[in-house]
Amino acid sequence: MGILNVQNVSIRFGGVLALDAVSFEVKEGEIFSLIGPNGAGKTSMLNCISGLYKPTEGDIFFKGERITHIKPHKRAALGIARAFQNIELFPHLSVLDNLMLGRHVRMKTGVLAGGFYWGKAQKEEVEHRYKVEEVIDFLELEHVRNVPVGTLSYGLQKRVEVGRALAMEPDLLLLDEPMAGMNNEEKEDMARYIIDIHEEKKTTIILIEHDMGVVMDLSNHIAVLDFGKLIAYGTPKEVQTNPRVIEAYLGEEHAV
Amino acid sequence: MVRNPFVMQCGEFHVDYKQDMAIWKIARVRWRIFAVVALFALFPMVATDYVVGLATLCGIAAIGAIGLNILTGFTGQISIGVGAFLGVGGYTSAILTTKLGFSFWIAFPLAGLITALVGALFGIPSLRLKGLYLAIATLAAQVIILFVISRWDSLTGGTAGLVLSRPQIGSFTFMSETSYYYLMFVVLLITIVFSLNLFRTRVGRAFIAVRDRDIAAEVMGIDLFKYKVLAFFVSSFFVGIAGALLGHYTMIVSPELYSISVSIEYLAMILVGGLGSVFGSLYGAVFITLMPVVLRSVVDLLSGTFPGLEGVLVGMKEVVFGVVIILFLVYEPDGLNKIWLNIKNYFRLWPFSYTK
Ligand SMILES: Nc1ncnc2c1ncn2[C@@H]1O[C@H](COP(=O)(O)OP(=O)(O)OP(=O)(O)O)[C@@H](O)[C@H]1O
Ligand SMILES: [Mg+2]
Repeated sequence: MGILNVQNVSIRFGGVLALDAVSFEVKEGEIFSLIGPNGAGKTSMLNCISGLYKPTEGDIFFKGERITHIKPHKRAALGIARAFQNIELFPHLSVLDNLMLGRHVRMKTGVLAGGFYWGKAQKEEVEHRYKVEEVIDFLELEHVRNVPVGTLSYGLQKRVEVGRALAMEPDLLLLDEPMAGMNNEEKEDMARYIIDIHEEKKTTIILIEHDMGVVMDLSNHIAVLDFGKLIAYGTPKEVQTNPRVIEAYLGEEHAV
Repeated sequence: MVRNPFVMQCGEFHVDYKQDMAIWKIARVRWRIFAVVALFALFPMVATDYVVGLATLCGIAAIGAIGLNILTGFTGQISIGVGAFLGVGGYTSAILTTKLGFSFWIAFPLAGLITALVGALFGIPSLRLKGLYLAIATLAAQVIILFVISRWDSLTGGTAGLVLSRPQIGSFTFMSETSYYYLMFVVLLITIVFSLNLFRTRVGRAFIAVRDRDIAAEVMGIDLFKYKVLAFFVSSFFVGIAGALLGHYTMIVSPELYSISVSIEYLAMILVGGLGSVFGSLYGAVFITLMPVVLRSVVDLLSGTFPGLEGVLVGMKEVVFGVVIILFLVYEPDGLNKIWLNIKNYFRLWPFSYTK
């Protein structure tokens, strides 16, 4: 049994069936890519996994536990982290504070301890600051540590977005188009970070990405969505030669 | 070459995170803060009772404004109920001390706590309501609380209100302007340090996250409902404390002291001072408390010179008040705090200020 099991998940928005009885399994420790043309339902799938959408039908299991109906903040505590497609950082806070927010569920300090900054509150802040500095180091964000995130370039914001999810030390990391809108150099950096996260931290990753080169290089398994339906699943090689996939992408700008 | 006195960061190195995370990292800043605190501690010795009294009112307003800013500026939840929450604090302390015979020192924190609970209760709709809708819900809190206060005669004295006494320690009573100023000063200092600390630790950061992007906050593991209600709780605690301090200062509580116009005044304080800024709340509270006083003396002065115009000038006072607030909203939405930071930055870079 994999770390994540999606069973028969459907979600409907008015007349649109954004997901149509989708089932798949993500194995522990793998990079699993979710691909498909624009509007295929990829982000909707992640929203179901992180709890922002409630599936109309079907179930989702994480580490064997049924999470279909539990709230997003509880899923975070269970070990699911997410980097959003449209940057969802806290723009007025510094990179440091954004990343410290990633530590939220792993910290305990309450109102009183925080307000008086008692010994244990200070100790906890410092301890978690070390963890956050590791992430800063890893993603090479040292030079912007204290800069309000809202003032950073798009590429850097994308990196902080991934960093904040990484700071949560998740068991399952959801990355929604982490390279979109980046230049080639930034894309290469990001691909390297993803490989490093996967190898060093053994984090299971679900990746949504339109750049097929990257997807084929990084993924252990790929699932292909088209109009809300899962049309193919397999290793990069299997998916690449699947006639349904080629058909779905025909006329699309991203050729397989 | 003469050293620019505003440049302080050069040559400062923080060798560990504990040091880097200290609230006032630079020794010279610590000295400056010490100097400012000392100045305010010594000021009653040279000021007249009237001025000390005004300063006390400013300080009490600042405690309430910091409370409101925690909710509105830092957590993004608009409240028009502050007036009533001040009332809850004032009345709680009044009832506990005069009717039940509690000492001020027990009634005072309890007033904060009970206001916090009432605030949290009225904060429950915040899970479903945002922005203007939430504002209307807090307006309902204002109306309901004032209704209860003015109708529950047996407990609150109805429209006549209740008379309070000044706090005592042993045989000493905080009767003089100066002694009450010091009481206010200690509470204000604790409030400032507490809220500065709060917003550099876990809970305060979560408040800001809820304000900036609630969806992302939720996915980071922040329980929106819990933190929204908690913001109402913490905010109302300080508002209640301010209400109790004010009650024991003026020695009276009555319904008309906590009307909606008080709520609007507090909103004006944090708007003028700066949303989401602890020191901004302080500047705004001083500004809004003193402006009517200053305008009043200007009117008195002018009425002396132009005796026929008194009536017009008194009316103008309200207009000027409104115009100043609108000017702030239009020209410096980040408030007095931002203006102060700009001035500081100007001098920090001096004489190269134009480089920005
Ligand atoms: N909250 C919503 N309300 C209404 N319709 C929605 C909502 N979320 C998604 N949809 C619809 O569901 C379909 C799938 O959208 P989704 O964002 O999941 O696609 P995607 O595969 O992530 O596309 P892209 O590659 O452009 O990011 C689209 O038709 C979209 O309009
Ligand atoms: Mg998408």
